[in-house]
Amino acid sequence: MWEAIVANRRRSALLISVMAVILVLIGYSAGMLIGGPDAGGFGVLVALGIMTVMLLVYFTSAESVLMYGTYARELKREDSPQLFDVVDEMCLASGLGFTPRIYLIDDPAPNAFAVGRKPETSAICVTTGLMYRLNRDELQGVIGHEIGHLKNRDVQFMTLAAVMLGTIVILSVIVRQYFWYGGRVRGRSSSRDGGGQLQIIILVVGLLFAILGPVMAQLLYFACSRKREYLADASSAQFTRYPEGLASALEKISQAHVPLTFASQATAPMFIVNPLTAATGEADSVFSSHPPAKDRIRVLRAMTGASFADYEAAYRRAKGGALIGSQTLKSAGQQTIRAPSNQGPIQTHRETHDAVRRYHGYMRLHCNCGLDISVPDGYEQDTIRCFRCGSVLTIPTATTVPAASPASANAIPPVIPGIAPPVLATTGPLQFHRTNRNSWESFRCACGRTIQLSPAFDASHITCTACGRTIAVD
Amino acid sequence: MPIVIILLLVLVGLAFLVVLWIAGAYNGLVRLRNQLENAWAQIDVQLKRRHDLIPNLVETVKGYAAHERGTLEAVIQARNMAVSAKTVGERAEAENVLTGALKSLFAVAEAYPDLKANQNFLALQEELTSTENKISFSRQFYNDTVMTFNTRIEVFPTNVIANMFHFTRHDFFEVKAAEEREAPKVQF
Repeated sequence: MWEAIVANRRRSALLISVMAVILVLIGYSAGMLIGGPDAGGFGVLVALGIMTVMLLVYFTSAESVLMYGTYARELKREDSPQLFDVVDEMCLASGLGFTPRIYLIDDPAPNAFAVGRKPETSAICVTTGLMYRLNRDELQGVIGHEIGHLKNRDVQFMTLAAVMLGTIVILSVIVRQYFWYGGRVRGRSSSRDGGGQLQIIILVVGLLFAILGPVMAQLLYFACSRKREYLADASSAQFTRYPEGLASALEKISQAHVPLTFASQATAPMFIVNPLTAATGEADSVFSSHPPAKDRIRVLRAMTGASFADYEAAYRRAKGGALIGSQTLKSAGQQTIRAPSNQGPIQTHRETHDAVRRYHGYMRLHCNCGLDISVPDGYEQDTIRCFRCGSVLTIPTATTVPAASPASANAIPPVIPGIAPPVLATTGPLQFHRTNRNSWESFRCACGRTIQLSPAFDASHITCTACGRTIAVD
Repeated sequence: MPIVIILLLVLVGLAFLVVLWIAGAYNGLVRLRNQLENAWAQIDVQLKRRHDLIPNLVETVKGYAAHERGTLEAVIQARNMAVSAKTVGERAEAENVLTGALKSLFAVAEAYPDLKANQNFLALQEELTSTENKISFSRQFYNDTVMTFNTRIEVFPTNVIANMFHFTRHDFFEVKAAEEREAPKVQF
């Protein structure tokens, strides 16, 4: 949507300038509070420095910073082919031109969000709770919504806002704490003239900003993010040609009543349904970052076609007022809603479960009786008894090649896992022999850490994440 | 004298603006046409993928239901037709026939429980489902872009630019039957 992209570009510029002004004011007042009236300029310098750091963080590593607190793990295609298929489908439908990375968060609360400073580095996150609950049509609707955010450049603005908001909140907390717990306005006694009064006024204004800064930042943030949820819903309906998929997904997500454990004020607006109010029920106020899910569902279900024009009509009927820009509506054609796909519940429950287990370092052993056993990381014995048939399985371990012969790095004799004793070697290269190249395989490093090899693993060696040793894989 | 100069300057300014607008409109059209070609390439990729999957599928089904010769031959024939199709219209037609043939093949597979439990068959089935979806979504995006493009080259004033630089209308990738206007469905 052309208008949405332009609006987001404008908002980003506005946000950066407003944030700069707020920061300078807070910096000035903080400087005067802490170091006396002469330190105001120093405070401004500090604030500008912080602004620079913020922008540096944003331009270099915004995605990883925002992803850091969520414990999200990147998925590979082998982990969940169906999820990747759905994302590919939506990328094709939207003409996005590239596939975002996909992350999985191990959390029972169903939710999803997208982050990314620019489209090429963007990522879509889903929770395991979402994967367990939705069928293919519903998942398509959710992914379509996130791709819509990417297409409209919402994600860009949200990422910028989240990075900036995070910094503002931290800064004003520092100022407030200093003021309440240790701060004395030392400069006050030395102010004798009009300049001093002016400084006090600036100080008070600055202090107000320190208190109001986070609230204002949040208000700005929320005011922007409400309409964009409707716009992303409209995009989703247009991509999938099936608004009921997203409507039913939103219903499931909002009625799950499971709180998301890692959601914070700074990241909440990025999610498809507000994770902070999802567990308690939603209130439509100026402070809520999302429009109520029930309103969004009502608009989606009132649609008579799948185009932007149909969404606009449904929105006007349900909520009143205009939503989509006229430029977009002019080129929106007639699109009929397709029939449900009947592709049934997606088969990803097991896949998701296995992926989560792998990320927690579980080793997967296949017994000849057909049972797959998950062995947790840190299991100390070298063998395990099958729960069903009772046969004893050996834990595959990378074996050590004696360091004595200098040519050992090249001429490593083939070693069968499990046969050599898993002594914790201090020297010599490690070696692991792969038995099956077409499936997931896990083995234990000599230090005890479980190492996973995906079906796509094609290198000659891998580095242990715990002890850093290189293990040759053949 | 100064009035003449001012008039001249205004004229030069206007001419500059017109040239600027022509450049903008032309670039917009080129961008849209490239997007169109890219969308068509995407459909191509998916159709080729489907063509590649079909021989495997037929082989797998043959192992369990060799006497369903008619259905299997129809699929093979539809595939070969689709591979050799030339124009957009011909191609759309052949792909629709292929979708129909696949539909009846999967309907036939319903009657063979052993086949339905075969791992290879299940994997192919999932691949084909996803490929069918991708085809319909690529086609959807292609048609959306064709519509924007065709509208753009027909409405005033961009039609002047379009005529000047010989931009021509593109065909939609149409599905013939009314009930098949939605995504091609494969019932398993």
